Amino acid sequence: MSEVQSSLFDVEEMEVSFGPQHPSTHGVLRVQLKLDGERIMEAKPIIGYLHRGTEKLFETMAFPQCIPHTDRMDYVAAATNNQGFVVTMEKLLGLTIPPRAAYIRMILAELQRLASHLVWLATHAIDLGAITPFFYTFRERDAILDLFEEYCGARLTLNTMRIGGVPSDLPAGWVDRCARLMDEFPRHIEEYENLLTSNRIWKRRTVGVGVISAEDAVDWGLTGPPLRGSGVRWDIRKVFPYDRYDEVEFDIPIGSNGDTYDRYLVRMEEMRQSVRIVRQCLEKLPEGPVMARAPKVLRSGGGMVYGAVEAPKGELGYLIVTTEKATQPYRCHVRPPSFVNLQALPHMVTGSLVADMVAVIGTLDIVLGEIDR
Amino acid sequence: MSDDESTAKDPERPADEKPAPAKPLDPEREAKIAAARAKAAAAKAAKAEGAAPEAPKPPWEDKPVPPVPSDASDDPDVAALAERGWALAATRFAHEVTVTVPRADIVDICRFLKGERGFRFLVDLTAVDWPERAEGRFDVVYWMHRFDDSKRLRLVAVLPEGEPIASVSGVWRTANWMEREVYDMFGVVFEGHPNLERILTWEGFNGHPLRKDFPVEGVDTGAAIYPEVYPPGGGPVTAEEGSPT
Repeated sequence: MSEVQSSLFDVEEMEVSFGPQHPSTHGVLRVQLKLDGERIMEAKPIIGYLHRGTEKLFETMAFPQCIPHTDRMDYVAAATNNQGFVVTMEKLLGLTIPPRAAYIRMILAELQRLASHLVWLATHAIDLGAITPFFYTFRERDAILDLFEEYCGARLTLNTMRIGGVPSDLPAGWVDRCARLMDEFPRHIEEYENLLTSNRIWKRRTVGVGVISAEDAVDWGLTGPPLRGSGVRWDIRKVFPYDRYDEVEFDIPIGSNGDTYDRYLVRMEEMRQSVRIVRQCLEKLPEGPVMARAPKVLRSGGGMVYGAVEAPKGELGYLIVTTEKATQPYRCHVRPPSFVNLQALPHMVTGSLVADMVAVIGTLDIVLGEIDR
Repeated sequence: MSDDESTAKDPERPADEKPAPAKPLDPEREAKIAAARAKAAAAKAAKAEGAAPEAPKPPWEDKPVPPVPSDASDDPDVAALAERGWALAATRFAHEVTVTVPRADIVDICRFLKGERGFRFLVDLTAVDWPERAEGRFDVVYWMHRFDDSKRLRLVAVLPEGEPIASVSGVWRTANWMEREVYDMFGVVFEGHPNLERILTWEGFNGHPLRKDFPVEGVDTGAAIYPEVYPPGGGPVTAEEGSPT
């Protein structure tokens, strides 16, 4: 049968430009595909459509002025972007932040991780034809964004951390509202899992798709859920604890096969762990100031430091180079997790179907804002 | 605290406007005010008393203690590099070890560090531009990670302008895009790179944006989609009369 078919239809190579305006590229990613029928022979991601020169802008701004610009890189996880920058700056300046500030930061960062994973789940599921989870996840995401709005006034670009702490204390009643949301959250995660985890179509679309081995994952520099999905137990929050992550208990979920389904399971479990961290932080939340007594004008003593946080997408690092007595970075390089993770896309999709590439782009959870910067 | 203040001030304000609604303070309120006053006085006294022994401040109320660079030649990885004559200088700053290495041997050094010292993971690769520096304009910075003991090491290779450096994309595949980014942003050429193209800007872009002599407001390099208006690959476009630049 197949022989007959191959004699009827010749191998048909064609070049397809996938994106940059395509709903399942999650932004302005363009992938140049060389196809044989429906099968991918070569894939070449082309990026840069959203390049805004953020790193150049950093060099013209005083340290605190850089923080709002970090929001605009990974715009579905602004809080962790803020955190990465301020943690690195504190390392450079030798600032110690008050415990209450550290706990508020952790709460915000974990809520942000939940919100980011909810966006990922919604869009990833829609890409693969499951529309229902979107309505469920955006309901909870909205509740989280309401909490953000109440705290800092913004829902998306939060600008919610400062070098030396956080801008303000939690508003009255916020802790209770957050605790209530966290109490019902595990039930919501179960709802999503009921829709997907043992769904036959979902499994057919994700199991064995976009497989990457642990060795390849390390070689390609993957971090975050894509690395953990391949079975490497590695998380910046555990390896290089920042803020007060060493005072809370949580587990790092890992996968075993390194396929799309495993990465899905890893992220679902990560959400549960985030809920666990937020709950512990709310319980332990110490009293006291939320800002260290930092000088009004921050001057660095010079030098080069690298600070990293575990963003929802992986290791988000900032390399800040300063000169002596400088009030602004001489150079501030961002190591965005999506940029590095996306690089493995050709490796993961060559030989598979175009529809599977959509699954792989979804599972890498890229945000073009931070890839292009 | 703020509650107490508002209760203390409240009774005065209506008294100015309306002389006598004859509103006697209820005893509960009065007691509250008295308690607040006593508390404030006690705090004041405690402050005056506490000034003498000078309790140690928590670190977030004290002056920040910036990290100080120190010599890192005692580090085992640095020692291993020094043994082969690859460590030109080594400093430790904020618990991070930075080794300056000769640029000619960069691939051998990286192979050695990956193969024999276990740095299997290249976290980051970037560059820094120092236009006025005598020994070379660019610092190419490699930042790598070892899983066994979660150790990180930074290599810095100093590179004069116009000179190429060998690509390490054969050592870690992840270096591919990072080197392309450095090439795009700084114009550093990586020899032996499989596909050294611009990555964030477009092919016809003129200049390297992260160089210090590139203006922040950018240059008009001309969009390649209107070749009759802007010559492809050309630019900067000469300013016409009346235009802001």
